[in-house]
Amino acid sequence: MRSDAAGPNRRAASSPLRLTARALLRSRGALFGLVVTFGIVLAALLAPALAPYDPVQQHLLDQNQPPTLAHWLGTDRLGRDLLSRTVWGARLSLVTGLGAVLVGAVQGALLGLAAGYYRGWVDGVIGRVVDTMLAFPLYLSAIFVIATLGPSQIGVVLAVGLAVTPVFARLTRGQVLEEREKEYVLAARVVGNSNRRVIAVHILPNVLAPLVVLASLTVGDAILVEAGLSFLGLGPPPPTPSWGLMVNDGMVVLTTAPWVSLGPGLAIALLVLGSNLLGDGLRDAFDPRLRGDA
Amino acid sequence: MLRYCTYRLTASLATVLAGASLIFFMVHLIPGDPVAALLQDQFTPETAAAMRVRLGLNRPLVAQYLGFMGNLVTGRLGTSFRSEQPVAHIIASQFPATAQLAAAATVVAVGLGIPLGMAAAIHRGRVLDVLTMGGALLAICVPSFVLGLGLLLVFSFELGWFPMLGGGTGGPLDTVRGLVLPALVLGLRTGALLSRISRSSLLNVLGLDFVRTARAKGATRRSVLYRHALRNSLLPVITILGVTVGHLLAGTAIVEVVFSRPGIGKLLVDAVLARDLPQIQGTLVVFLVIVIVVNALVDIAYSLVDPRIAYA
Repeated sequence: MRSDAAGPNRRAASSPLRLTARALLRSRGALFGLVVTFGIVLAALLAPALAPYDPVQQHLLDQNQPPTLAHWLGTDRLGRDLLSRTVWGARLSLVTGLGAVLVGAVQGALLGLAAGYYRGWVDGVIGRVVDTMLAFPLYLSAIFVIATLGPSQIGVVLAVGLAVTPVFARLTRGQVLEEREKEYVLAARVVGNSNRRVIAVHILPNVLAPLVVLASLTVGDAILVEAGLSFLGLGPPPPTPSWGLMVNDGMVVLTTAPWVSLGPGLAIALLVLGSNLLGDGLRDAFDPRLRGDA
Repeated sequence: MLRYCTYRLTASLATVLAGASLIFFMVHLIPGDPVAALLQDQFTPETAAAMRVRLGLNRPLVAQYLGFMGNLVTGRLGTSFRSEQPVAHIIASQFPATAQLAAAATVVAVGLGIPLGMAAAIHRGRVLDVLTMGGALLAICVPSFVLGLGLLLVFSFELGWFPMLGGGTGGPLDTVRGLVLPALVLGLRTGALLSRISRSSLLNVLGLDFVRTARAKGATRRSVLYRHALRNSLLPVITILGVTVGHLLAGTAIVEVVFSRPGIGKLLVDAVLARDLPQIQGTLVVFLVIVIVVNALVDIAYSLVDPRIAYA
């Protein structure tokens, strides 16, 4: 179903980036994901202005209040306003999720570039390490790193980052193996560029697009694992308005004040849903074969 | 075939040893002092030194490592700092609960995921497909602890169908009743992943030449589907099954906490919170061994099912 009647001429006139953006906006799921994610990002950025109360301020007279006009999402067992905590929690969740994916993508890309470009023993060593890491499920690797670093915010970023590294390494390596045989790489080497320069200036830009797509698909998982770790008490310490921690907080009053757990819980689900739909949309939009008949 | 099995199992053993070494060194790189964490306010240089000797932490790291690996081969995992019980015993006492949960969740995942995914592929683009894939997306996005608490609230608290706490200490019926919700929560996410893979795999196979040939020679749609397509489409699903079982095991920690069940997932989390090094190491090694053994078995099963896989 090509929507433009102008045919090949018009397509040739559009840059790949514009084609991608147009394909992204044409998909209903991706648009929904974009709106949800953008809304949560906006809420996180504007947290100081949006949050009606201090997220850690206790109001011991207003414990476990159900949602009212004064407290839209109710209050928890220390009388803290849940809307304020949820809005500030968005900040934490986004920073942790994006930070973790950034750590994983950079580490994985470096490993993959080295393994794919140099081959030989470098590839062998990196390949073994990556395979061993892949044998661990995401959660387990993350708990493993937390066991080493101790429970903390930065620990969670590094733990989830390290846990997603092997996927990025494997993807990058595969892409590099394909690129390095191409003539432009040979040309770049023939004119005397150093290996590092060939990798950074010539190969890296050409393997970046699939990495961006993988990164956008990984953000949702990263946020889920981060929330799970916080829920287990392996994340940042208690007064922090972290969504996972807030859900755990509400467990003791689940039957009398279910909103304490369910509000932040739904926030996690919404953010993960939004970022997954956006990631799926980006993947399809970046793929010229799918873009044609999207 | 025998050669392939031998090769696969040897490779698994090597991965277990490499993984166990990795676990040992990572855990011993912990910046905080475990002795300080254990003694807390009774911490003085003297008590700390005495405790270090008692726990064997004063020995050189290499000696500790060799001791750890040597014990590992003979099935010993050291002594827990916290409870002073053998780690292997503690794990053995918690393991059955986790095994039950994981097995039940696998049944949920396979029993729901694969048939629904295939049905979605057969009815591509129609209501069933949209509903199944929408449900799968939700199951992937809603965190298991949120889903678990929601189900507890509705089915245990409001309706009283299932117990609020624990794995059930009564008879077998009690155990099963206590298992329903946790298994559902743990299995749904894996089932969602399986349904996506089954769907795309079947769609892929239905587009292949041999399916067209079968149709062209006059076979009915039904017979093509059941005799040719379904069986072939199961292959990628089997491969991914090994990976998903690993994920499922790792998810037990959260489900066990939500439903207040005993088990090795909760054991691991408690050990991390208490900085109980031998317990952390031992539990991680057990997880590692299970994941790797399951993967090896799946690979071997795969080579049995698909004769095209080279035994090399």
